[in-house]
Order: sequence, then C-alpha cells, then structure tokens
Amino acid sequence: MLAESLALSAALFTIGVVGVLVRRNAIIVFMCVELMLNAVNLSFVALARAHGTAGQVFAIFVMTVAAAEAAVGLAIIIAIFRHVRTVNLKNINLLRG
Amino acid sequence: MNEFYPLVYTFHFYLFGLVALAAAIVFVTRKSPVAAALWLVVVMTSLAALYVMLDAEFVAVIQVLVYAGAIMVVFLFIVMLLNLGTLSELGEIRGKWGRIAAALVGLALVAELAALSRAAYSLRVTVPARSGPEAIAETGGVIGSIAAPMFRDYLLAFELTSVLLLVAIIGSVVLARKRSEHDAG
Repeated sequence: MLAESLALSAALFTIGVVGVLVRRNAIIVFMCVELMLNAVNLSFVALARAHGTAGQVFAIFVMTVAAAEAAVGLAIIIAIFRHVRTVNLKNINLLRG
Repeated sequence: MNEFYPLVYTFHFYLFGLVALAAAIVFVTRKSPVAAALWLVVVMTSLAALYVMLDAEFVAVIQVLVYAGAIMVVFLFIVMLLNLGTLSELGEIRGKWGRIAAALVGLALVAELAALSRAAYSLRVTVPARSGPEAIAETGGVIGSIAAPMFRDYLLAFELTSVLLLVAIIGSVVLARKRSEHDAG
C-alpha cells in the first residue's frame, strides 16, 4: 500500500498548493496549508511502515507544529481583520511596493 | 488484518483514499469557510482511517483528537468570531491568469511527486519491511514503539517543541489582544 499512499499524499499536497494559489479567503488559504501538512503526514506514516516507527514520531511533531502554526496564524488573521475589516487577500496588500 | 483479509483491506484502503481525495476537491472549491472546514474534517477523518490501516493507531487517534477536533474547532471559532459578511464577497477566487498559473504549478507538482513516489516504490524492494503487528509487539506495543524513539533519539526535538508551543501561546495572545487607545503607542 506504500505506492497508493504516496500517490494519495502527492494528490492531496497538490490540491493544497492549488488552493493556496487560487483562493483569496485568508482562512481557506490557511486550511489549505493544513491539508498540505496532512498530506506530508500521510507520507511519513506510509514510509514509517517500511522503515521503522521514527516516521510516526515525525508525524506527531508535524501535528504539534501545525497546531502552533494554526494558533499564531489565526491570531494574525484576527489582528489584520481589526485593521482592514476583511479577510480577502486582494485587500491585504500593505507590503506591496 | 492485512494478512487475514487482503481483499477487504485493499477495498477499504481504496475507499477511504477516494473519500479523502473527493472531500479534498470539494473542500477547496467551497465558497463558505464553514462548509470548507467541515469538508476538511472529512478529509482528516479519512486520513485517520488510513493511518489505522498503515499500523499507526496512535497517530490516527492524535489525528482525530488534535486535527479534526482541536484545530478545526479553532478555525470554525475564528469564522464565527470575525463575522465575515455575505457569501458573495467571500468566495472570491483569483482571475484567469491566477488560475492558469495555479493549474500549471499543480500539474508540474503532481508529475514531480508521482516520479518521487515511483522512486520510493522501487526503493521498497531493497528495504525489508520491519513493521506490522509482530514487529510492533516486539518493540513495546502501539504507544511504546513511538514513545521509545521520541524520548530517546528525539528528546531534544521534543523539548524544543514544548518551547515552540509556549512561544505560540504567548504570541497568539499578544497578537489577538485588543489594544486600548493609550496602550497603542
């Protein structure tokens, strides 16, 4: 099942990347990043089956970092929303020259 | 399960894999953030089922508790907190050139990852499979087989993760705090 898992992981990661590039809602962009992390976790777990359980340990580390990233990212979204009253990335262009 | 019912195993593996893939596609095309979040929960739960079938029961439990539970609840909570307004202004998708660029990047990425998967598949032939129920039982059960490397080989990474979580807690409180007028300077 390794090949199938890696193919599914690749597909989910690509869907996440396309979502990040296409969507303009900051919250959905964040969820797409979570989907990409999940796809990587699937690769870790599938490879851990063939190469020992260290991959599962890394999957748990990825989940921890994802939780921290979600908390900080959503706090940033709240802070931005207070300033510009929107989460549409089209209107958030403070750093554009 | 793999040894006793190979056909059932394969059927359910493909079933949950296809559910995850379909739910991911539906997730990324939803306009409403709430609907998108709920479809993402479907993806994560299907992935948890796949983790169980890949002999990673503990990771599956953590996936349901932390991802499908905690993180998605935080997302839905933020959607509720922000009161984003009507759907028509929410479901904005980039214009034609953005979509074409994204499609090109996606196709290139899926080709690249497929090539990588093939390479990994040919690699598997040379590496003996060390996992499975017997190997897990040898190394101290489902949780013990994860805990041993985590607290021996990766102890430094584990401690650093706790520092990272502390920083994230403080950072999110500082960022999301409402500043009063005389406090802003």
